[in-house]
Amino acid sequence: MRIDCPLCGTRDRSEFTYQGHALALARPAPDAGEAAWDDYLHNRENPAGQTRDLWYHDPCGAWVEVQRNTVTHAVTGAVLAAEAKR
Amino acid sequence: MAKLIALTPCADLLPLVAGRITLSEHVPEAITSVSPFAGRGAEVSAALKEIAGGRLPKPNRTTGARGFRVIWTGRHQVMVLGPPVSVPGAAIADQSDGWAVLRLAGPGADQVLARLTPVDLRRDVFKPGHTARTLLRHMSCSITRTGAESYEIMVFRSMAKTAVHDICEAMTSVAARA
Repeated sequence: MRIDCPLCGTRDRSEFTYQGHALALARPAPDAGEAAWDDYLHNRENPAGQTRDLWYHDPCGAWVEVQRNTVTHAVTGAVLAAEAKR
Repeated sequence: MAKLIALTPCADLLPLVAGRITLSEHVPEAITSVSPFAGRGAEVSAALKEIAGGRLPKPNRTTGARGFRVIWTGRHQVMVLGPPVSVPGAAIADQSDGWAVLRLAGPGADQVLARLTPVDLRRDVFKPGHTARTLLRHMSCSITRTGAESYEIMVFRSMAKTAVHDICEAMTSVAARA
């Protein structure tokens, strides 16, 4: 499996550390209420197909939002988490 | 006050020779990290051009002249090897004691690195002045091509002995096949 680091280019998966779903970028407002915070902290989809998740490119230190398919393992896109659409 | 003796990261370990490939230590006068503050990249770039003879390098590139090497090492971060530098508009930190800088040179140096890192560092794609943040075995490192058959490799100082061991092992293997 290879991931396109937006800074470094296509790199082997061994250079990356997995974090979790990119939902983590959509932090609710402090006063958003218990339901929103419960969702944010604990509830995750388990999709068979397209998903977006966060990977850390260890050598260059960039957080990358990766689009991939959990069925085919195809990686279809990657953007810097700092520049990802929220 | 006790008098302490300063040792370089690879003291007693280098230089090493295997066949026609050599591994030696380079101790720059200083290693300074420069991280421009938000929106001040252009100003820092111009200041670096003045001081170190090279603008802020783009990702995977190096600049610099007159004894300075400015190496891209991460998002919004470069390392300046050479005399200490200070520029306004950026976070500056002295990293001199944090890194070991190794020079790998000779015919087959690319084959040595091919055994250690997952990135293609052959001459036709990785040209002089190109740099890469990647892994050396399991160590995070920075590799820069400094010439047709020479590389500069930076690892954290705490990893110096392991890095020398791993590179030496690969050098010996490559030399044995020459």
